[in-house]
Amino acid sequence: MIEVMTANYAAAYAVKLARVGVIAAYPITPQSSISEKLAEMYVKGELHGKYFLVESEHSAMSMLIGASYAGARTFTATSSHGLALMHEMLFWAVGARRPIVMAVVARALAPPWNIWGDHMDVMSERDTGWMQFFCENNQETLDTILMAYKISENRSVMLPSMVIEDGFILSHTYEAVDIPDQDEVDDFLPPFDPEWKIDFNDPRRFGGLTMPDWWSEFRYRIALDQEVARKKIVEVDKEFERKFGRSYGGLVEFYNCDDAEVALVLAGSAVGTAKEVSDKMRERGKKVGVVKLKTFRPFPAEELKKLNDMVPVVGVFDRSYTFGYGGALYSEVRNGIYDPAGGALVKNYVGGMGGKDFTPKNMEFIFEDLLRIKKEGKVDKMVEWINIKDGTGRW
Amino acid sequence: MVNIPKFTIPKEEYVCKGHSACPGCGTPLALRYTLKALGKRTVLNIPAGCGGVILGVWPSYALKVPVVDNAFECTAAVADGIRAGFDVLSVEDAYVVGWAGDGGTVDIGLQALSAAVDRNANIIYIMLDNEAYMNTGIQKSGCTPIGAWTTTTPVADEKGWNTSPKKRIMEMLVANGIVYGATVNVAFPEDFIARLREAKDIKGTKFIHVLAPCTPGWRIDPKKSIEVARLATQTGIFPLYKVENGRYSLTKEIKNRKPVRDYLMLQGRFRHLKEEAINQIQKIVDEEYARLLKKIKDTNE
Repeated sequence: MIEVMTANYAAAYAVKLARVGVIAAYPITPQSSISEKLAEMYVKGELHGKYFLVESEHSAMSMLIGASYAGARTFTATSSHGLALMHEMLFWAVGARRPIVMAVVARALAPPWNIWGDHMDVMSERDTGWMQFFCENNQETLDTILMAYKISENRSVMLPSMVIEDGFILSHTYEAVDIPDQDEVDDFLPPFDPEWKIDFNDPRRFGGLTMPDWWSEFRYRIALDQEVARKKIVEVDKEFERKFGRSYGGLVEFYNCDDAEVALVLAGSAVGTAKEVSDKMRERGKKVGVVKLKTFRPFPAEELKKLNDMVPVVGVFDRSYTFGYGGALYSEVRNGIYDPAGGALVKNYVGGMGGKDFTPKNMEFIFEDLLRIKKEGKVDKMVEWINIKDGTGRW
Repeated sequence: MVNIPKFTIPKEEYVCKGHSACPGCGTPLALRYTLKALGKRTVLNIPAGCGGVILGVWPSYALKVPVVDNAFECTAAVADGIRAGFDVLSVEDAYVVGWAGDGGTVDIGLQALSAAVDRNANIIYIMLDNEAYMNTGIQKSGCTPIGAWTTTTPVADEKGWNTSPKKRIMEMLVANGIVYGATVNVAFPEDFIARLREAKDIKGTKFIHVLAPCTPGWRIDPKKSIEVARLATQTGIFPLYKVENGRYSLTKEIKNRKPVRDYLMLQGRFRHLKEEAINQIQKIVDEEYARLLKKIKDTNE
């Protein structure tokens, strides 16, 4: 059934279709309409599970960890400061091996206050061990939540997932979304059946004190299972395509890359803009490719390494600026594709932050800049801030 | 014929030998009494603190019931989550217990607890009150009493000890609308178990405030742990009472309250107190006790 809806409503429909057992909700812009839609579904008796109002995102995540230990499928949604407040429990969910799925409506962190789309919140949680899936559009948001449960709950994975939709750009923008039939979803996504949960006949302790001689082994196990997750992500994407006719590339989607002269790596809603600009530029003979980073964690370094053989110049577009070595996506991609024998030149573009429009014109500027670098054979500067007012004088 | 007294405490043990609590610690007693009252179908969720540490180091484990460890401030939220999971999966006849310390409750965990009471979460929340952050090395918490030395309220030149009164957690929760609250003391096991048995099947949030001595933290002889705990109630410093839907009642009548000096002088943490300070504490305890009696009177009219 095709309906016109926002990505936030698409997320709520996915939660309903996934027959989630326990939902914990706490409002924050631009996530709130997910919680509101779920509340409406709950009160109408349309949800399979129960809906709880908590007093903070920290408690939302805590509650879901408890519910997951009891054996329930769980969901919450948050943004920005809410995600930052959860930070401690994000680590907890991973260490506890609870396959919680959470929608993150990506938004900037204050100050100064800003409620709009930005990837700073999600990039700041990249080291927690959560799987992170970016979405390009509203349909993808619904589909990715269904896939995320299947990947997370796999007994060889047992890691939580963030499904990321860009604040306002997707969360509050209406698009046509195909809502799958419940029967089909039930067939794709069986009930949550964890190997370990609270059992009074086999009492165990979850998360107790571990001394230095064993703690590393728990981390190592998570690292190994992240590798398993990589394979499962691709498998589940293929299975989803067979069942529902839609695929998102699993880890990475290469678009217009086969004969490309340069390529741009990016994640989230801007991928759509990049694809369109790439198509238009190709009409004018400019062979520019787009690399959609569907999965940011686990990081698809092996897949991205192929770029070295595809193109001499790679751009990386960051919709956030974390104060490390260039933007977060840039430093990851550059490290990931590093080839001691040479490899592609890489440049970082930063823009579209805090809800600032990132237009096709901006995108074209990046592609033209990459083509120029290809021609000149060297990168002029590491980071280029796009469409930014000069920060040196008074505004 | 000899009249053999009947056992009033269940014989079943759910706390195994081999836990790592200090000699004289009140916590293992509280754990034993709690589980004797609630039985096998009980899950504890325990945040950072001695409560988790004394159960042993992975893969060893000194309890016969499941335990979920959690972060410091989220006990009530995790407990309610477990209950929520049980409810949607139709797991019945199970007791979900939040087992937190005083700092983990009245300081860092207060927000989550307040929200759980707001939802009337169907959990038993047990606050192990040893009156400071003992696991981290005796730092002042919101439950540290006036006059006490701690490592963050040190004593120098007869000044500097803790000067803020204990947070009135029970009154906060009663104001919050909690259905059941009670104070219990490890020195009175029959009363302890009776309160839990009374509370366990009430639907909603139950709060149990346990006084449990910490021998290194209170600077007491492990042999005197129970004696000190008993004196806390006998002096009226830690009266035993319960609150059912806002109605207060004493659960242990103390006919002639002993002077607070008897309690204070057994503990190194109060050793620095001079006559004037002890008299001041006596005055505060008398006032607090009178307030309690008045609440009992007012809520039973």
